[in-house]
Amino acid sequence: MARALVTGNHAAGHTLAACGEANREARGCCCGAYPITPQSEIIEFLRDYEFTKGRTIPVESEHSAMGVCIGASVAGARSFTASSSNGLAYMTENIFAAGFYRLPIVLIAVNRTLGPPWNIWVDQGDSLALRDAAWLQFYAESHQELVDTILLAFRISEDERILLPTIVAQDGFVTSHTQMVVDLPEQELVDRYLPHCHIPHRLSLEHPTTIGGLTWPRETEHHRREIQTAMEQVPAVLGEAIDEFEKVFGRRPHGMLSAEHTEDAETVLIACNTMARTLRNVVAERRERGERVGMVKPKMFRPFPRAELAAALSGAKRVGVLDRNHSPGSGGIFWQEIAASLQGRSDVLVQDYLVGLGGGDVTPQVIHEIIDDLNTRKEAVEPIWKEVAA
Amino acid sequence: MTADVVATEKLRCDALLRPGNTNCAGCGMSIGLQWMDHALEGEKPYMVIPACCGIVTAGAFPTSGYGVPIAASTFASAPAVATGVANINELNGDTSPVICWTGDGGTYDIGMATLSAAAERNEDLIYICYDNEIYGNTGGQRSSATPEGVVTSTTKQGKGEGKKDMMAIMAGHRIPYAATLSVAHREDFLRKVRTARQTSGFRFLLMLSPCPTGWKSEPDESVELIRSAVCSGLFPLYEVFDGVRYRINEQPDDTPVSEYISHQRRYTKVSAEATSLEAFIKQQWHYLNGMATAFPADKAT
Repeated sequence: MARALVTGNHAAGHTLAACGEANREARGCCCGAYPITPQSEIIEFLRDYEFTKGRTIPVESEHSAMGVCIGASVAGARSFTASSSNGLAYMTENIFAAGFYRLPIVLIAVNRTLGPPWNIWVDQGDSLALRDAAWLQFYAESHQELVDTILLAFRISEDERILLPTIVAQDGFVTSHTQMVVDLPEQELVDRYLPHCHIPHRLSLEHPTTIGGLTWPRETEHHRREIQTAMEQVPAVLGEAIDEFEKVFGRRPHGMLSAEHTEDAETVLIACNTMARTLRNVVAERRERGERVGMVKPKMFRPFPRAELAAALSGAKRVGVLDRNHSPGSGGIFWQEIAASLQGRSDVLVQDYLVGLGGGDVTPQVIHEIIDDLNTRKEAVEPIWKEVAA
Repeated sequence: MTADVVATEKLRCDALLRPGNTNCAGCGMSIGLQWMDHALEGEKPYMVIPACCGIVTAGAFPTSGYGVPIAASTFASAPAVATGVANINELNGDTSPVICWTGDGGTYDIGMATLSAAAERNEDLIYICYDNEIYGNTGGQRSSATPEGVVTSTTKQGKGEGKKDMMAIMAGHRIPYAATLSVAHREDFLRKVRTARQTSGFRFLLMLSPCPTGWKSEPDESVELIRSAVCSGLFPLYEVFDGVRYRINEQPDDTPVSEYISHQRRYTKVSAEATSLEAFIKQQWHYLNGMATAFPADKAT
């Protein structure tokens, strides 16, 4: 492992390039590239990278960036790209297409607020809006988790039991533009870790098929159910990918979620990405004071780890969800999923906090205030807008 | 089965456009796809077809009306998807042509930016637009390829605006080869597809494609309609090399444009004399003849 002080974007670019390069003895790799703040450094890195058998193609829009990835993937290549915010929104039609075509493309979403009004700071609403697109979704709390999750993503996506694309999300600026010391994977290890990309339904002159043509309702329903079946196999395939990861890289990444101090906790807070890092410190402080506080960080959002989350929260009396996103007319998107996972539990209070929207700084103080609020509640109310300092 | 039946079935299966496809009678695609197959002389292409009648042609899963591999792309994405296919094929030593087969909606309208970008990058693609001057698949709405005065389901009093000059737009990209195709001029059609095949980089072919459903015309008159469009000078047959060198393939004869429009009920709001149609043809040829004279593809001997 090569330890280096790099930004989140550099870490993502390096890892994508290594994964692409690892397919050089098969059908090669391809990136459809289009810039948007705060992900642009990723596609710049890939554009500079000299692949043995691969290309980064600069196109005119995010929609076409995913179009190129789709084309390269139906031609059998390992394909990947990155985007953010309105770029993801513009790409959305082809994001759905990639999922429904069952193409194992990997997309780095550098989370940024959707506009207008224009705001370049972090908010998970951009990638969460893609939750129904037949993509796996992972949220990385640190530079290292980003690197490790990208490696896992190719391995899981390309597994013949899955064959679905994956979004790996990181926080705009807080992760993408700050530096941390990271173990960057060496090519030799990535070569060992990733099998050659094999897309069984790729275009073939010998066996011509029409990919993505017309279907009747019955076939469409089968298609959707097959996607659901593949999604249901993700936990097992992820487990295998983590075991293999540990053998190759000597390190064990987090799985679907990480539950910390939940065994005895009456109050459990839930947060993803960099908010989870801040939360971890706050939880440690509270426990030093003897408070029974724990936390859960859901790393995997699609498929949503309902059973694992319910198990992690089995002893909790109060659950506070920190949602850095907003579904107008409902509330936080993580909260919706978590509340659904706990249906039938009358002994637990689940309260949503909309916090840090548009990149507001979620400091330890903010999280302390949320815990204090949660501990005094007798029943849950509608999602609470928890404002942070300007 | 006898050997003859097996051989016949194989021919039917191997054809680029198979029997049993869903094309309407008199559709220009049926001729265009078969002639393209013929012009490729047994070489099989990869095709990318966006949302348009051309993907309905395939019929419903698991059957396909196409005997070649097809990626059905989203509406605006055919050149982007084809870019991915062509680049990966090239990296793997596969030199079979990659062809975008798209309607005018996917070319003149929603796919314009994607097409322009692929042309600007000079991707190694053959892009064929079968232009029926209408959103045929959705019931016949106007597109920016619909000519002035034509009645569609969204221009019931006749379209107020003229048609985009797609060939000029593509020539403006300085692509290696652009040409128009007629389903009434077989030798010219085959030669142009072969020229496109032998050229590398981005190649654009524009085929005026009769659509009896949308044009309100008789299916058995489709070929004659296109012949009169060419011969009246309304749809010129020409080629543009590198965006700057012109070759005209057919000069108009004395066929009146009324031959073309009087057989289509979409033109009921237009008469050849009363409108600018003849003036349009005159102006179009003034421009084309000027370009072909000033910037000829073939040096005078």
